[in-house]
Amino acid sequence: MSGKGPRGRSAIVGMATAGMGEAPGFSAMELLGQAAVKAVADAGLRLQDVDGVFTATSGHAFPTMSVTEYLGLRPRFFDGTNVGGSSFEMHLLQATLALDAGLCDAALVCYGSNQRTAGGRLVSMSEPQWHETPYKPRHPITAYALAASRHMAQFGTTREDLADVALAARAWANLNPEAFARGPLTKDEVLAARMISDPLSAADCCLVTDGAAACVLVRAERARDLPSKPVYFLGAGAANHHRSIVAMPDLTVTSATESGPRAMDMAGVTHADLDLVMLYDAFTINTILFLEDLGFCPKGEGGRFVRDGRIAPGGGLAVNTNGGGLSCVHPGMYGLFLIAEAVTQIRGEAGERQLDACHIALCHGSGGTLASQCTAILGAEAVL
Amino acid sequence: MTEADIAKLGPQAAYQAYLDRGRFMIQRAASTGEFVFWPRVSTGTGATDLEWVEARGTGTVYAATVNRTRSGSWNVVLVDLDEGVRMMSTLPDVETVKVGARVKARIENTPDGARVVFDLMTRDAA
Repeated sequence: MSGKGPRGRSAIVGMATAGMGEAPGFSAMELLGQAAVKAVADAGLRLQDVDGVFTATSGHAFPTMSVTEYLGLRPRFFDGTNVGGSSFEMHLLQATLALDAGLCDAALVCYGSNQRTAGGRLVSMSEPQWHETPYKPRHPITAYALAASRHMAQFGTTREDLADVALAARAWANLNPEAFARGPLTKDEVLAARMISDPLSAADCCLVTDGAAACVLVRAERARDLPSKPVYFLGAGAANHHRSIVAMPDLTVTSATESGPRAMDMAGVTHADLDLVMLYDAFTINTILFLEDLGFCPKGEGGRFVRDGRIAPGGGLAVNTNGGGLSCVHPGMYGLFLIAEAVTQIRGEAGERQLDACHIALCHGSGGTLASQCTAILGAEAVL
Repeated sequence: MTEADIAKLGPQAAYQAYLDRGRFMIQRAASTGEFVFWPRVSTGTGATDLEWVEARGTGTVYAATVNRTRSGSWNVVLVDLDEGVRMMSTLPDVETVKVGARVKARIENTPDGARVVFDLMTRDAA
């Protein structure tokens, strides 16, 4: 397996989550702090060893400063790139470049939110778009509903297809004790859910939970000397064409068509090499769009691809094995939880939902309203 | 505000000022013929010789949704204007609309200022 650029130059050596689901009585920074402390301990390092900070949140104007102060760090490199939920796939790339350049030696990527217990609704610093405001869109769902309406009109995708995505996520969540939404769910129940923004109902929307996650990266040669099984950075790619959904050239095609091939080219992998596919499922239509745009099926075929449990446990493609944003956790910016599940699976620590062989995982983050697309590929030592 | 005064405004303020005077104006680059919406200072190819032209006001629904809340429902659509640019809008007189429907613009005055809304050109409400 041959790749390019910084392939294999860094590894995740510590990973942790905190406050998954509901964490009453804790602030967003407290949850982030818990995850960070656990991740650093998992890496066998001390907090003072962290000299690179990478973070984005929905509640902090200057998140790297806030994290640095809260944890008492003295970083010499920091990056607060905020491209919504895809920020953390981008941070893996930025951290790897900084480590490889010697600009830092231990990089902390972290996120935390208490949006569920703080108010029970999506927290966002997203500013209104002046040319949209007179029409009162309820973003993000209005934007995703517009995309779904277009996909349906153009390709014949149905609400039943969207329901299959929700059902697969729930089936995986039922194997994950940390998942917030567990229990039986039928297609009839999904289709009967309250309509929020046609054609998307409450069952098509991600959860509103609390949650924090953090991971620690070091250069690959150092990773072997640390206690946890390293999960190597194999590749990453990004692409972005718009901010407002009005400016998205084709609402059925995201720029994952560019970020995915960039990441896979860097990693030197093909679709057949991928054991796990983690897709940012803020809404059911996302999973369908990203399966198409990342090349798992032709454009327009995503709805048919997910039928008959294809992406559910025991299906042909392992997608969102934690239960996804739809049924596991979604504290507002979900991207780092994609990475957490990939690390858990590659380490072989996923319990009842553990895949037989998980050596290479693709994590695809999406930010804004189908805007920023960042893909990262992680792998076990065996595939270096 | 006179038309000469509007010409001195930035693109966003000028667009709204035209609307408030009852005119739906969009930009076109004199050098390349590219239409631009929403109003800004440059086209995608970098042309900056933008002038205001009256929109034809006809278009096709590209995507459509209906926001449903306890306090009411309203549709939100993306309309591809016949000039080749896309805008967000709504059809105030119908519950919903099919993707592909032909629509015609009108200016609606609201307490927050004038806005462009659309009506169906034929009776093909969804």
